[in-house]
Amino acid sequence: MTTPDSATIIEFKDVRYAVDSGRDLLRDLNLEIRGGETLVLLGRSGSGKTTTLKLINRLLVPSGGEVRVEGRSTLAWDAIQLRRRIGYVIQEVGLFPHFSVERNVGLVPGIQGWPAERIRARVRELLLLVGLDPQLRSRYPRELSGGQRQRVGVARALAADPPILLMDEPFGALDPITRAEIQREFLALEQRLKKTVVFVTHDLREGLLLAGPGGRIGLFEAGRLIGVYTAAEFLRATEPLAAEYLAAFRSGDDLIAR
Amino acid sequence: MGLLKFLLTNRIEVLELTGEHLWLVGVSMLLAVVVGVPLGILLTRHPSLNKPILGSANIMQTVPSLALFGLLLPVPWIGDRADRLTILALTLYALLPIIRNTHAGITGVDRAVVEAGRGMGMTDRQLLFQVELPLALGVIIAGVRVATVISVGVATIAAAIGAGGLGEYIFRGLAMVNNNLILAGAIPAALLALAADVILGLIEKRLRPA
Repeated sequence: MTTPDSATIIEFKDVRYAVDSGRDLLRDLNLEIRGGETLVLLGRSGSGKTTTLKLINRLLVPSGGEVRVEGRSTLAWDAIQLRRRIGYVIQEVGLFPHFSVERNVGLVPGIQGWPAERIRARVRELLLLVGLDPQLRSRYPRELSGGQRQRVGVARALAADPPILLMDEPFGALDPITRAEIQREFLALEQRLKKTVVFVTHDLREGLLLAGPGGRIGLFEAGRLIGVYTAAEFLRATEPLAAEYLAAFRSGDDLIAR
Repeated sequence: MGLLKFLLTNRIEVLELTGEHLWLVGVSMLLAVVVGVPLGILLTRHPSLNKPILGSANIMQTVPSLALFGLLLPVPWIGDRADRLTILALTLYALLPIIRNTHAGITGVDRAVVEAGRGMGMTDRQLLFQVELPLALGVIIAGVRVATVISVGVATIAAAIGAGGLGEYIFRGLAMVNNNLILAGAIPAALLALAADVILGLIEKRLRPA
């Protein structure tokens, strides 16, 4: 076995994932994610990108091959310890409806036994970080707008300062204006925090934006990783599927230009 | 009004029988919750137990109450005292709605919420006590409410084996062909059922997540 590059934080080796009925959702996945980079997983619904994400925090375990986080197979990790080192944001947000914003954001620090004072200070700091008024701390999720809820979701994932952040179409349910706003802010946040971010989306525009100049885009189709590109490479890619995405992307521009 | 006069002149006895009735129902409900809620939780963790457990609880509900009392009579310790036997029978009747609602309440919690909790590294226990049970509480109380109303009714039959309660008047009235006596048992029992329904309904409403 080759030792992974010291900068590799997440590694997929010949990973296969099959559902109980035996159908493969993911095949022959080999991928290295470097510490501090942003990797966008792009593909249509059912292409295997969410499955890939869930294999990292062991919400799923591989049917074949190995997923390594910080050099250790996810199966060798204690699942709870592993997940507490990984922030997780999903499209439905999944805020606890019976918890105030403060308790939602302070959840992971709380279960890790931080003292109450430190949690309070951390919650304040995080709300400011994601662009929310700290006065919102006593509100309940149902009293927030969609954009605010999604920001709280991001704050919650960052609470215990995890080195890795997994995001599963986190902005997918937002209206286009809120979405653009939160994307820009997240990009700025990401550049400041230097976390390893794995970001699932089916939207090429979002993918290109968040990958930025330093990140990469992994293109998925029918359970296979077709290729990994930087944003610049993707725009020049001749691979048919990438070209298809680009055509769809540019047709939008044509509409505007007309 | 012969009924009103009867209730007034016998108010001490009416209160005593109501107290007995409440005691039988209260203890049974407590037992049913203590047994039923953990069983309901167990079902959510081991779906393969679904059929056997819900099946047995279902069959239990189809046994006519008088027959159940008769069947339990020869059981040692249980059959020794009428109130023990009644409490066991009422508990068995109450299990189905409580198990079923606990299961439905927990499996009905938004999957995204549970997934987010698990993804953040909550243990199974933390998820259960901090997320699933609090969010399922309204549905669980709804099950207790149904069970309580059923039990208030079934408990009147306990008088047939001498466990007391408001059924005393009903059976006495049946034997004496005295409608006032029957109503003196039936009306307070109906009021008890209504009161339990309203009170638990209010609690349920408060606990349902908005």
